[in-house]
This record gives sequence, C-alpha cells and structure tokens, in this order.
Amino acid sequence: MSEVVVLGAGMHPWGKQGRPFAEYGVAAAREALRDAGIAWTDVQFVVGADTIRNGYPGFVAGATYAQALGWSGARIASCYAACASGAQAIDIARTRILAGLCDVALVAGADATPKGFFKPVGGDRPDDPDWLRFRLLGATNPAYFGLYARRRMALYGETAEDFAAVKVKNARAGSLNPMARYRRTVTAEEVLASPMVADPLRLMDICATSDGGAALVLASSAYARRLGARSPVRIAAVSTVTPTFPNTVLELPNFATDSSAAVPPPERPFRSAIAHAAYEEAGVGPEEVSFAEVYDLSTALELDWVEDVGLCPPGEAAKLLRAGDTALGGRVPVNPSGGLASFGEAIPAQAIAQVCELTRQLRGVAGDRQVEGARVGLAANQGLFGHGSAVIAIG
Amino acid sequence: MTLAIDGWFAIGEDGARLIGTRCATCGTVCFPPRRGFCPNPHCDGESMEDTDLPRRGRVWSYTSASYPPPEPFVAADPYTPVTLAAVELSGAGIVVLGQVKGLTAEELEVGMEVELTHGPLADGPLVWMWGPVS
Repeated sequence: MSEVVVLGAGMHPWGKQGRPFAEYGVAAAREALRDAGIAWTDVQFVVGADTIRNGYPGFVAGATYAQALGWSGARIASCYAACASGAQAIDIARTRILAGLCDVALVAGADATPKGFFKPVGGDRPDDPDWLRFRLLGATNPAYFGLYARRRMALYGETAEDFAAVKVKNARAGSLNPMARYRRTVTAEEVLASPMVADPLRLMDICATSDGGAALVLASSAYARRLGARSPVRIAAVSTVTPTFPNTVLELPNFATDSSAAVPPPERPFRSAIAHAAYEEAGVGPEEVSFAEVYDLSTALELDWVEDVGLCPPGEAAKLLRAGDTALGGRVPVNPSGGLASFGEAIPAQAIAQVCELTRQLRGVAGDRQVEGARVGLAANQGLFGHGSAVIAIG
Repeated sequence: MTLAIDGWFAIGEDGARLIGTRCATCGTVCFPPRRGFCPNPHCDGESMEDTDLPRRGRVWSYTSASYPPPEPFVAADPYTPVTLAAVELSGAGIVVLGQVKGLTAEELEVGMEVELTHGPLADGPLVWMWGPVS
C-alpha cells in the first residue's frame, strides 16, 4: 500500500517575539524544506493552518505562505479547525498524496498571539456562542480547565500536588528542548505558590499563549525512495473525528452538554473516540505506543488525556505519573517535547509541532530528551467547536 | 427588569427557570433552546417545543476565577471572584453551566444539590445563576 512519510520537519522557536505570524511560518517551512533536502519549487501542494489572531475570519494561511516563499504555481489549501487546525492541514495533504494527486506537499502553521486570556473577536455578537460565554458567564478557557480539574479531584482523589507534578515533569523535558519557550526546570513548591487563576488551577498549571511556527514536508513513499530517504517516519493515521451524539462532557465554548434524555451516551467519550479512530486506522493499540504528545492545556488535562488515549484505565493517570512512567526515561513518556507547559499554545502551529516531535523522536535525533527505542508515537489534541485530532507515526 | 439574553430563561413569581426545547418526536432536550430540527442524528423530528428545565440539579463540577474575565464580560469594580458551576439537571440528562450566587468555591462540592436562581451582571442585566437549595 502507498504510504505517506515525513520528509522534513521544521520549527521556529516558540516565544513572544511580537513579529507577524507569517515570519514564523516561513522560517519553519524553510527549515522543513532544508530538512527534506528539496527546493521550495519542488513542492506541488501547500496547506496552511489558518490563524484567527490577525483579523476575522483570519489570514488565509496557505496563500500567505505560498506568496511569502515566492509564488511557485503550487496548488494550495487552507483550513481552520481550532486546536486541530494543524492536524487537519496534515490530513488534507496526506489525503491528496494518498489519492495520487501529488507526490510532495508542504504543511505549515504559525501564530502570533496577544497577551493574556484568549478572548473572542470584538463587537456585539450575541449569535456567537464564543462571544456569549464571555458576556453572560465570564467563562474563559481556563474556567473550563478548572471544571475538568475539580471533577478529577472529586472522582479520583487527585490533589494540587499531583497537578504540580505534571508541570515539574513537563518543565524538565522542556528544559531539554531548544524550540520550547520556557526552558527552566520548576519545583512543585513553585507551582503550588503561583497565583490561583481558575480554582483549583494555578498560573503554572495553565498553558500560556505563544508565538510559534511549525512545518512538515510530507511525501509519498515512492517519492521518498526516489530521493534516497532511508526509512523515513511514516504517518500511519490521522484521526479528525467529531463527537458522537450525545456528547455528555461540557466542551468549550458551550453552555451545556447534549442531552442523554433520549439517546444513551456513546461507548467512548469524544477524546477517547479521537484516539480510538487513530488506533483503528494505524492498526496498532495503546500498548504499542512508545511515547505520546498530548494537549496539556492544563496539568490536570494531561492526566485526562493519558487515560483517553488508553495508556491506563480511567482514574489511574496519577498513579502512572507518581511512578514516573510518563516522565522521560519512564515506561511511556508523555510530552517528551515539554508539552504545552513548556511551549504555550500557538494554535495553528501546535498540532504540526506535535508531529515534528514525533518525527524527531522516531528518527532518534531528539538529543537529551530522546525516548529510547521509540517506534510508535501518538499525538492528540482537542479544540473548540467539536474539533480534535490524533496522529500516529511509526518509525 | 432586563434579561441579559432573551428566550433562554424567565423569571416568575416562583423564581427563575431555564427555557429549553424538547423534540416532539424523540424527547431530546436542548439548552440553549434550539429551533428547527432535532440534533439527534437518528431522529427526523422538526418540531422542538419549549420546555421548562428542572430547577434543581447536582454539581458536576465548579471553578472560580481569581482574575476578572476579559470583555465582553463586565467585571465588578472592585472585582469579586466569578464562580461557575456545571450542574447536571435531574432527569434531563444535561449539564448546564452558570454563575454561582450565594455560595463560594470553598462551599461547593461535586455532587451537591443546587437550585436555579438569578442575579445581575455588573452592568445590570439579569442572568440565570446557580444557588443554594431553598
């Protein structure tokens, strides 16, 4: 069967540099092209993951990057899917390659974010649930993370110390990653002494918003062979499933869940379903995963994800954490890149950055944060409005 | 008496109530109220009828914001922490988010029973809120 492989991966370091997003995206794209060993003019198809931070409905990213790199006549596409934008961009490129409509594609995403809480687009817009949740409830993104965290504490007896341990673990990994924004190790005491933001989550439990850019060069395995690429990393699955009705978990930016009055809840809640679809597509199971990059918008949410991607049964993620299983050097490291805790979120770039980390780990070139014997990597995320993704890559 | 949003809740002599819709065909309940066709993908229903949602429920989870939320929220000056609760409504199979009135985060517990009430946003209009059981 024809396969899609990663020929090149590139990133612009995360931070708050205050420059236009296109600069970060183009820098990442040029790095990915260098890594792939091809010229920009060899790229047949460009997919950009859109940013909405620079005007509504946002820059049409594919064209922005294509123009910045120099119009080459390549076909383009652009997409927006909240936090899953980058994964959808990967999926669009992968699908076109699998369909035989192109051999090599560039996927890029970048963001430049303002300071502080994400807030909705301005104006008086009562038809937009994202605007309304702020207007009526003051329900910020961290407020939803706080709800999930408090629920875990009540269901599983987890503590603020458990959440702090996630940050300590991810900060240590991030200190080893030159692309991360925060490269300082932290102690549990520091996390627990940081200001409370969304009870029970403190400032250091919650991911920041960052500038950053990431890009991948994807190709058919035949193209990679012609180029002489030796055993490139394969993209074995990209899952972009939507929730199944009724979604009984309160999701951003909603005021309520679906009702299970008429239809019982699905066998798998949304986040588990995202990962499950990827496992089915790749033909591997959670027990084969060497490491995972999951969307730690908060420390507590990483624990949710560890269970949702099947690394342990519900309620046992803190046990894995306490045993060191999910740390670098552990049985199945989670967020060896340092995760959002070390990067901060650059929305359209983030899912692509996750796959850049899968690529580095599976190539065995992740340096001090290398997961030994990494063979199967999983990346997962979830965003607003029913978007989520999981990618499985095999080395 | 100005409501912060029309058609989502009402205030009567017996207190506040949330206005949901119920599908006449399958019974699926929606909040905020939904018009037109049913969101259940297995249902062809096209008649969503107004229904009062249960006024009591149990706390699914809760949180409290130490810093003023950004616009378009209008924060009180001086700021008082905005506490939110997601409440599982008895018998409706639905969890509804709301501000909390009359209970602090320290007083809330997952699973405790609360009751619908209402209160003003800092700039005046009323919104539904969750409060102690009367």
